[in-house]
Amino acid sequence: MTDKQREHLKNRIAVVFAWIVACIFFFPIFWMVLTSFKTEAQAIAIPPQLFFEPTLENYTEIQERTNYSKFAINSVITAFGGTLLALLIAIPSAYAMAFNTGRWTKDILMWMLSTKMLPAVGVLMPIYFLAQKTGLYDTKGLLVIIYALMNLPIVMLILFNYFREIPKEILEASRMDGTSTYNEIRQIVMPLAWGGIASTALLSIILCWNEAFWSIVLTTTDATTLTSFVASFQAPEGLFWAKVSAVSTLACAPIVVFGWLAQKQLVQGLTFGAVK
Amino acid sequence: MNPTLVRWLQAPSIIVLFLWMIVPLSMTVYFSTIRYNLLYPERTGFIGLQNYEFFWTDPSFFPALLNTLILVGSVLAITVILGLAISILIDRPFKGRGIVRVMLISPFFIMPTVSALIWKNMLMDPNNGLFAFFANVIGATPVEWLQDMPLASIIVMVSWQWTPFAILIFMTSLQSQDQEQKEAATLDGAGFWSQFRHLTLPHLARPISIVILIQLIFHLAIFAEIFVTTSGGPGVQSTNLTYLIYIQSQQAFDVGVASAGGVFAIILANIVAIFLIRAVGKTLTV
Repeated sequence: MTDKQREHLKNRIAVVFAWIVACIFFFPIFWMVLTSFKTEAQAIAIPPQLFFEPTLENYTEIQERTNYSKFAINSVITAFGGTLLALLIAIPSAYAMAFNTGRWTKDILMWMLSTKMLPAVGVLMPIYFLAQKTGLYDTKGLLVIIYALMNLPIVMLILFNYFREIPKEILEASRMDGTSTYNEIRQIVMPLAWGGIASTALLSIILCWNEAFWSIVLTTTDATTLTSFVASFQAPEGLFWAKVSAVSTLACAPIVVFGWLAQKQLVQGLTFGAVK
Repeated sequence: MNPTLVRWLQAPSIIVLFLWMIVPLSMTVYFSTIRYNLLYPERTGFIGLQNYEFFWTDPSFFPALLNTLILVGSVLAITVILGLAISILIDRPFKGRGIVRVMLISPFFIMPTVSALIWKNMLMDPNNGLFAFFANVIGATPVEWLQDMPLASIIVMVSWQWTPFAILIFMTSLQSQDQEQKEAATLDGAGFWSQFRHLTLPHLARPISIVILIQLIFHLAIFAEIFVTTSGGPGVQSTNLTYLIYIQSQQAFDVGVASAGGVFAIILANIVAIFLIRAVGKTLTV
């Protein structure tokens, strides 16, 4: 066998191996989706059923018998609301910092990042009491605020990095023409930074959507999101694997797709811009 | 922009984050020094460090601390090693690479409560789960995963979710590796291992440290997986610090002790955070 052939063979083996590993990692998700189309009896059947007549009854039943749509709407509102609020606060600040970098800018950003390190459980009691006292306990508004604050440091850092990449000359030219700051942001910066803002938003939405600690601790019925709704199926008596799978599939599908779309930006966001 | 406007634009983010940090933090510190149990509202007053003493003399404290360390350490080892191996494996052009990538990173986007339920029910259930089925097929006795090895089960679940994270990061940085250098090394007869040691590993040094530090932050706070699957049990076998503090506050209603635990968790996280922030700070060009 020549060297080239050997190299080729090695490559082939590596590719086969890559597919096997990928299938193993993806299997639990595949199995969840498959189970969601089974009847409850098929779901727990031994031997496990790979081929069966798919049914949609789980999907119709969770719509009819549970408050699934309410929780889904709560998830949408809190994830998008939290993200929007974070962006509203962060865009002007990151903009100002990126184009008027001062002596303290870096320290401020690093300090912001350090607030992200505060473990949620460390401030559990105060947040719980503040929520009770202000009457915000179990409201979507509270989750919106918490999610916004939780993601603000990451959002700031990524936006700062994006704004830094906009060439300063463009702004200087427009200033010479006497454009106001408001118009400068709206007409020049925003269109250029649009991609960056969109991917930052995507990352923030993913993080909010999958957030579990605060939504379990701070909601009971009204503001329950999908994460804590799914958690409520933990009880042993709730052995409804097919239905749980249907709920889970619906709850995860949009975010998994979001994740696929935003792979590149996610790396930057998740590593706070340290890996590009 | 004039300096006043710059300050006004920066102010909101700084102020809200400052409040978000300082208000709960000082309340936690304050609660941790007073007698404060929701079941005994008549008992009040400053008690110094007694809550702290109570927290770390609690018989659950050391098991919980140990569990936290085992959990974090194992998950880190598994995710980094698997992440490296897999990202190098797929770092070559082949048909369907996009699909393989998508399949590999998907578990990272599954919400933690869902992944906990998939593993707990459909895979690890001792009667109807797939693992039990396969055990029976090969003639072994099915393992009661969550009963007999609760911590290991949690480690598996968390690793399944976070190996994709490591893959995602390593994959991206491998793409920026100097290909010519690698080809030159191959021509010089450098084998896979020496290339890995002298070229790939140094190239990935930074991403590896970032992956470790970020995971540390998240894994010190693992909660949903335990909440949904084992509730910290049996006994305290799968209770970590986060869960212990949660139990103190939500089931024992002892705000004082839970807050002392909270302060402890904050200090622990901050030790890690210092290193992470340094690492990130180096890359931030201002």
